[in-house]
Amino acid sequence: MKKKLVTVLLCGAMAVTALAGCGGSKSSSSSSAASSGTAKKASGGKVYYLNFKPEADEQWQALAKEYTKETGTEVKVVTAASGTYEQQLTSEMAKKDAPTLFQVNGPVGLASWKDYCDDMSQSELYKHMKDGTDSFVLKDGDKVDGIAYVIETYGIIYNKTLLDKYCKLDGAKISKPEDINSFAKLKEVADDIQARKDELGVKGAFTSAGMDSSSDWRFKTHLANLPIYYEYQKEGETDTDAIKGEYLDNFKQIWDLYLTDSTCKPSEIAAKTGDDANSEFNNGEAVFYQNGTWAYSDIQKAGKLKDDELGMLPIYIGVDGEENQGLCTGSENYWCVNSQASDADKQATYDFLNWVITSDQGRDALANKMGFVTPFDTFTGKYETSNPLVKIANQYVADGKTPVSWNFTTMPSEEWKNQLGSAMTAYADGSGKWDGVVKAFVDNWKTEKAATAQ
Amino acid sequence: MKRTVRRAFPLFVLPTLIAFTIGFIVPFIWGVYLSFNKFTVINNTTFVGLQNYAKIFTENDYVHSLWYTALFAVISVLTINVFGFLIALALTKKFRGTRAFRTIFFMPNLIGGIVLGTIWKMIFNGILAHWSTTIVSKASYGFWGLVILMNWQQIGYVMIIYIAGIMGVPQELIESAEIDGAGSWQRLKSVVIPILRPTVTICTFLTLTNGFKLFDQNLALTAGKPGKASQMLALNIYNTFYGRVGWQGVGQAKAVLFTILVAIIAFAQLHFTRSGEEQM
Repeated sequence: MKKKLVTVLLCGAMAVTALAGCGGSKSSSSSSAASSGTAKKASGGKVYYLNFKPEADEQWQALAKEYTKETGTEVKVVTAASGTYEQQLTSEMAKKDAPTLFQVNGPVGLASWKDYCDDMSQSELYKHMKDGTDSFVLKDGDKVDGIAYVIETYGIIYNKTLLDKYCKLDGAKISKPEDINSFAKLKEVADDIQARKDELGVKGAFTSAGMDSSSDWRFKTHLANLPIYYEYQKEGETDTDAIKGEYLDNFKQIWDLYLTDSTCKPSEIAAKTGDDANSEFNNGEAVFYQNGTWAYSDIQKAGKLKDDELGMLPIYIGVDGEENQGLCTGSENYWCVNSQASDADKQATYDFLNWVITSDQGRDALANKMGFVTPFDTFTGKYETSNPLVKIANQYVADGKTPVSWNFTTMPSEEWKNQLGSAMTAYADGSGKWDGVVKAFVDNWKTEKAATAQ
Repeated sequence: MKRTVRRAFPLFVLPTLIAFTIGFIVPFIWGVYLSFNKFTVINNTTFVGLQNYAKIFTENDYVHSLWYTALFAVISVLTINVFGFLIALALTKKFRGTRAFRTIFFMPNLIGGIVLGTIWKMIFNGILAHWSTTIVSKASYGFWGLVILMNWQQIGYVMIIYIAGIMGVPQELIESAEIDGAGSWQRLKSVVIPILRPTVTICTFLTLTNGFKLFDQNLALTAGKPGKASQMLALNIYNTFYGRVGWQGVGQAKAVLFTILVAIIAFAQLHFTRSGEEQM
């Protein structure tokens, strides 16, 4: 009898703990509902931002807190881990409290989220766009689906100290870095640096062209943008279902240059990472480094190169008239407001965005703390960025060079990029021919565009 | 007493059952449903019938992954079990330090797949750098790299199970075999191994399903490179899901086929090894 009592008691205890577990979670969720309820009273809606850039997470959290303190509107910022934004967005969107603010990377990314994009054409944000040419918005007819909030630029970053040192060598091909104004000149200089690398104390002209996933986007996406850009220019297109690959010979030239005048053998690039290239550049082991304005934070962190030691060249690929080619400037970070959110939440989101680009705190965070260049007209004076690479980029525009637009946002799919990347790697290590790259570029473009057609 | 326990049965089962339903049954049914739909967000779907399934075989990468995975599973099942068993035999002999060795051999199993894949990638690339090549230069490098990695990770695990089995062999049987004049090889072949049949069943089941489901290690070691040559089934599904806009449903359809396949293989294997046991 006693035993039985113990059993019953034990069972009872288990049941209670199980119930307590449920009860606990319930009470906590209801308390959060209560707190959001009070926030609702203050402004009528709440904001949930799914942030793409992990490096800016801290600043966004601070900004959200600041805004809540000022206005009482609840702002939640969640940051997706690097490389998992689509995954995170897909699962967050399925929830009842879906993000009210999210981002897409361009026309192709937009295609999967079109039904979730509110028309932003009446927003303050849109009215603050600088030039009114709509070059930094995603449009579908008159509907504004997305607005870029950060403009970035890439090219060939160079170590000015090393290049100046080269210019002073006997028989140097150029007398100052600015003399490089075409692919022919670039190749001449790079080949010469490579041949006299011991004299200069470097391991190669270019940093390793790593095809590890931490670095392959520099080539399969960013470098591949150039032949696409020139073809679009020639054909007067902004997107196409079938690319011709008219500038692929130029693409081969520059890729060959990266491979031969490098710090490592072409067969080794498959395993080289972004960190490898970054440390080679910072340690002065290479002169040239293809990357963009965002690389400045890593250069700053390494602390080896001073701001005035950095220079940037356009990526010349040997096209006629490229002396006037500028750096590659564009965006793959577009804000979109979730059209499926409640009107109150949408309004709260627009208010928040407007605050971010007009208030002192918001502008300070975006321009100075995150180091972004934005397309909004509110960023003037002390809210212009201090990033030296951005200043170089601006100088190119001021000098009348034509910026190369980011057409890689029209690449058909991730699949296309991956296949191009592996063909480029195979070509580099000798297991594939250049034909493979051409096939991955041209034939696959058509296949992938067809496969993803709605 | 027994009846009290039996009456409390639902109370004990219920928490697990609820968790199993929420965590497995519901997502599974939902997943099967999704494979017949086009979707971006999983609760906003358009029914498309069998379209997703038709798209699976428009490309040959799924079939390639299937054969690659099958080959990998066969080889890894053989090597892991043979080595695991041999080490278990050695470590049940009486000598100093067997416990320490068991612990050491088991330890790799405690490391997560992604970490393990990344570490081994560095090791392989470090070694292959002497020949100016990398683990992702050839599909065969990636294959054998993965075999080595999985052996390293799983041998310790099956070893523990085999050790438990070997220790469970009645000492009297071995002694009487010895008295009958059986040598050590005969004792192993005719006494120990037959008794270990159930253990073998469990170990092959575990290693076989692990081989087919392998994802983390594959992703971290080669990510399917070069091209898709070293891409196994699970990774193929993942890449299909996220590789193209609008192909989430196709990835889902592949996943359903994958589940059916793994289930068939696992049941077949269980059936065959079990029937083998009964004959003894």
